[in-house]
Amino acid sequence: MPDLALQQDVPESRIHPEAPAVRFEDVSIGFEGKDVLDHISFEVKRGETRILLGPAGVGKSVLLKLANGLFKPDSGRIFVFGYEVSAMSEEDLFRLRETMGIVFQEGALFDSLTVRDNVGYRLMEQHLPDAEIDQRVIEALRFVELEHTLTKFPSELSGGMRRRVAIARAIITKPDLILYDSPTGGLDPITSTTIIELVIKQRDFYGTSSLVVTHRLQDAFMMASHHFNKETGQIEALPEGTTDPSTSFLVLHQGKLVFDGSTHDLVHSDDAFLKQYLA
Amino acid sequence: MPLSSVDAAAKRGVAAVQQYSLLSARSLGNLFRRPFYGADIITQADLIGVGSLPIVILTGFFTGGVLALQSASTLAQFGAAAITGQLVSFSMIKELGPVLTSLMVSGRNASGMASELGSMMVTEQIDAMRALGTDPLKKLVMPRIVATIIMLFFLTIVSDAVGIMGGAVVAIVMLGQDASQYFHTAYQSLQYADVMQGLVKPLFFGFIIATIGCYYGMNTRGGTQGVGRSTTQAVVVSSVLIIAMDFVISRFMIGIFGR
Repeated sequence: MPDLALQQDVPESRIHPEAPAVRFEDVSIGFEGKDVLDHISFEVKRGETRILLGPAGVGKSVLLKLANGLFKPDSGRIFVFGYEVSAMSEEDLFRLRETMGIVFQEGALFDSLTVRDNVGYRLMEQHLPDAEIDQRVIEALRFVELEHTLTKFPSELSGGMRRRVAIARAIITKPDLILYDSPTGGLDPITSTTIIELVIKQRDFYGTSSLVVTHRLQDAFMMASHHFNKETGQIEALPEGTTDPSTSFLVLHQGKLVFDGSTHDLVHSDDAFLKQYLA
Repeated sequence: MPLSSVDAAAKRGVAAVQQYSLLSARSLGNLFRRPFYGADIITQADLIGVGSLPIVILTGFFTGGVLALQSASTLAQFGAAAITGQLVSFSMIKELGPVLTSLMVSGRNASGMASELGSMMVTEQIDAMRALGTDPLKKLVMPRIVATIIMLFFLTIVSDAVGIMGGAVVAIVMLGQDASQYFHTAYQSLQYADVMQGLVKPLFFGFIIATIGCYYGMNTRGGTQGVGRSTTQAVVVSSVLIIAMDFVISRFMIGIFGR
């Protein structure tokens, strides 16, 4: 693996173009004596969107944080763009995280900073000129249709707006991988649809690889059955019976991966748990 | 079984000491390597130092005053009322100034650090900071440690000065002593060892306050209830450690300087 320190001008995601965006190899983790994830293995190919479903509390958020290197597994290996994040130091992970965006469950905006400073946080830490930061922040906020909230604080925003600002913060560096942790959790159906439309837009407009954690089946199937039309700039339903080819599913149950496949295979599965879960 | 719970408690204690040591070492290690958060140090110095000034002045003034008041009758029995100034300055500079100032700052700032960092932990803001490429130990913890050590040093000096003034007000106005005699005995009896002892202590106490406050904040679990627990524990543990460390430093300094 090349020394990260030497590859100053090349994003880490481009150094091993043949490697998948994410690969979990036999990963297990437990907390306070309880197993949370038990020998999990799966891949997210470049440009692919994988939707991780499962009941509440099954370990979906833990899996996402493992992918970002926020947790270290008890056993197994995790690779992101060919780099073994499960073995990297925190300092090396900071470099790799420039190619990853993550949207946390409640947004996790810094409540003492304005929307502008939240979205431009990474750019401020890199000491970029203010004019460039402002321009890129406005561009990111325009994507989520919130460019009028620059000077507001998170406490002045609704739950849905906070989630959209969190998405803007995650995409400002145009990452090659985005991790979404229950992006619509706790939101009303209309706001949830707005958020999912943004996820679809990001998927189809930029071709970003993504791992989306959710327990809301309606959001998952909307992602599989809709696409962003670049000509009209609208989210449209795919023809009846077709699904987005780059979107597939993973299902977690009691710490194990019980399904890994396409939308069609999930819907037509004979597994008793899956049938009950999807009912 | 009682033995297994003792064993588990001992393991938890050792693990806590290990985590505390790692937090302190990682925060201050590579202190001057980029990125260096100088602006955050200044901000924290303002919040911790300037913000604590009113309570430190009040505490120091009334402590010095009550020292003069309480010692007056006992000293008068031995015809030693004239050394009230010496008693107040010795007590304030060597002991009460550093310890009471640290306890006041601990109550105000260790709790503030634990609650602020604890709230950030339970709302995933710390994880967000790491995901955005910023080391929370360098950005959040280091400025608090450096600012507390520096500002507690100066706050102690202020407390000592105000305490001696408080004693002067009581001695001169209430007890009718001579002002020149009070300040003369307060100053002349002091030696280098006394001042050294009084100014070394705040450096250690400042480290304790900030590291304990940040440790409990960064290890907060369990939502708002967890934040409340961390805040309380930070104040209690830092206060107890300050008192214990005071004994250790006093013994050590007396051993070196002989007084």
